[in-house]
Amino acid sequence: MIEVRELRREFKVATSKGLRRNYKTVTAVDDVSFDVQAGEAVGYVGPNGAGKSTTIKMLTGILVPTSGHLRVSGVDPSKQRRDLAKRIGVVFGQRSQLWWDLPLGDSFDLLRSIYRVSAADYRTRLDECVELLGLQELLITPVRQLSLGQRMRGEITAALLHAPELLVLDEPTIGLDLESKERLREFLADINTRRGTTLLLTTHDLDDIERLCPRLMVIDHGRVLADGPLAELRAEVTPERELVIDLREPGPAPDVPGVTAVRSEAGGLRHHLTFRRAETTAAQLITQVVRQVEVHDLAVVEPEIDDVIRKLYQRQVQQNTSR
Amino acid sequence: MLAGMTTNVVFGLLRLAIIAAALKAAGGAIADYDIAAINTYVWIGQGLLGFVLLWGNNELAERVRSGDVVVDLYRPWHLQGALLAQDVGRGGFAFLTRLAPPMAFGMLLFPFQFPENPARWPLFLLSATIALVISFGVRFLVELSAFWLLDNRGLYGFWNVSSGLLCGLTVPIAFFPEWARDALWASPFPALLQAPIDVFLGHGSVAKLLLYQVFWAAVILGIGHVALQRAVRKVVVQGG
Repeated sequence: MIEVRELRREFKVATSKGLRRNYKTVTAVDDVSFDVQAGEAVGYVGPNGAGKSTTIKMLTGILVPTSGHLRVSGVDPSKQRRDLAKRIGVVFGQRSQLWWDLPLGDSFDLLRSIYRVSAADYRTRLDECVELLGLQELLITPVRQLSLGQRMRGEITAALLHAPELLVLDEPTIGLDLESKERLREFLADINTRRGTTLLLTTHDLDDIERLCPRLMVIDHGRVLADGPLAELRAEVTPERELVIDLREPGPAPDVPGVTAVRSEAGGLRHHLTFRRAETTAAQLITQVVRQVEVHDLAVVEPEIDDVIRKLYQRQVQQNTSR
Repeated sequence: MLAGMTTNVVFGLLRLAIIAAALKAAGGAIADYDIAAINTYVWIGQGLLGFVLLWGNNELAERVRSGDVVVDLYRPWHLQGALLAQDVGRGGFAFLTRLAPPMAFGMLLFPFQFPENPARWPLFLLSATIALVISFGVRFLVELSAFWLLDNRGLYGFWNVSSGLLCGLTVPIAFFPEWARDALWASPFPALLQAPIDVFLGHGSVAKLLLYQVFWAAVILGIGHVALQRAVRKVVVQGG
């Protein structure tokens, strides 16, 4: 579905000093290679400025690569942009493809004409999305009056009306509340498994990846740092999880075998404990902790995606220096 | 809409008063304009202003600036063609709300020079439609400049200020000295406003005026097409 070989994109950035104007070249995507098979669901993650959006824009034909080989659904994106647009769907979490002042339903009608979808196909696809995403009452609402969560459901429907083989989502859950995120993930997982639509999504939310993407690609400074199943990567890079407990009364950290107390705060009111995910579960640990001390509040903290990436990045640097 | 119409009519009255005063001072006629022709010129001009949309809203340039233009670029359409279609559609509505009312106002309340040949009515409509296409083409170029300039407000402002004079909105092109008249008719600007008015008033040959308009419509849309392809090739999408 996607074939990327040594893809590279450079930008010229002006560095002005007085009247002289100098340019320096910044490499946003640096010899990236990967393949995505039809029907896969791939999470493409990395910190801000890592090159994610630049890659997405090249995959959708909006940006022309500086060099490298690129095929999406069999075509060269920047050369056959219009052909490609009919075969893929794109959702940018921070932009809207709906018409701000029109009712949602009218936006869909316009897209049907733009993508030349037959009336029958349009009806079945729209009905399906409307039902699964609960859009019935929103079809007559102007887009400007929709909440962010409602609008995102509209955006995803809009991207699916022409039944794309590949759906590219750039931070689809950004700014959504937990329930809206969950609903969106459920829907995306469903179209991936049932319709076989290939998914490629960028996100900062680890849960998106966990729920949706069997495969994770990590990019930083324009390079792919890791590519594989999320659970494997996380277990490999950060084998420990953290439990934070707030006690009712200040006191020493509970002593549970296999658990390390890392630090305590607020004069013994809050304790940070780490445990290895391979050895114990959070549930077992919590049962043991509450037996020992009176707990006011507790939270299990998963390593942040940025943590995972930072560790991956450090590992990369170490490998380079040891070589 | 009502507020827009009121403003439009008030400005029409102002323009009419000023040019009529000039006419009186000149002894009743300037070039081939008498008071009826001037009245007709003013009210058609007021109507065409909104119909051809001489001053756009710079929306595309704003979308380039904010980066929202990516959405327009990944659709399976030719952006210029799609926006032209949208603008012609807008023109259909503007015909009823922007072009017809000031013309009717002028016809009812002031001496008006109706075309001698009824065929000039549909020809005027044709000429006005071509003017709309050229106007779109020019606005598209002004907005597209944002791909290079990033902030095109200077150019946009310059167009808004100068277009009235260049297109024959401020005073008829016929009032200009001969050298300026020749220079302007060699440019696309009178095609936006003066040409349809001349078709209506019967100033000059209709066939020549229409050919002149069609020529510039083709040239300007052509330049827009090439510029868009260039812009897309060099595009740097703003804001992540």
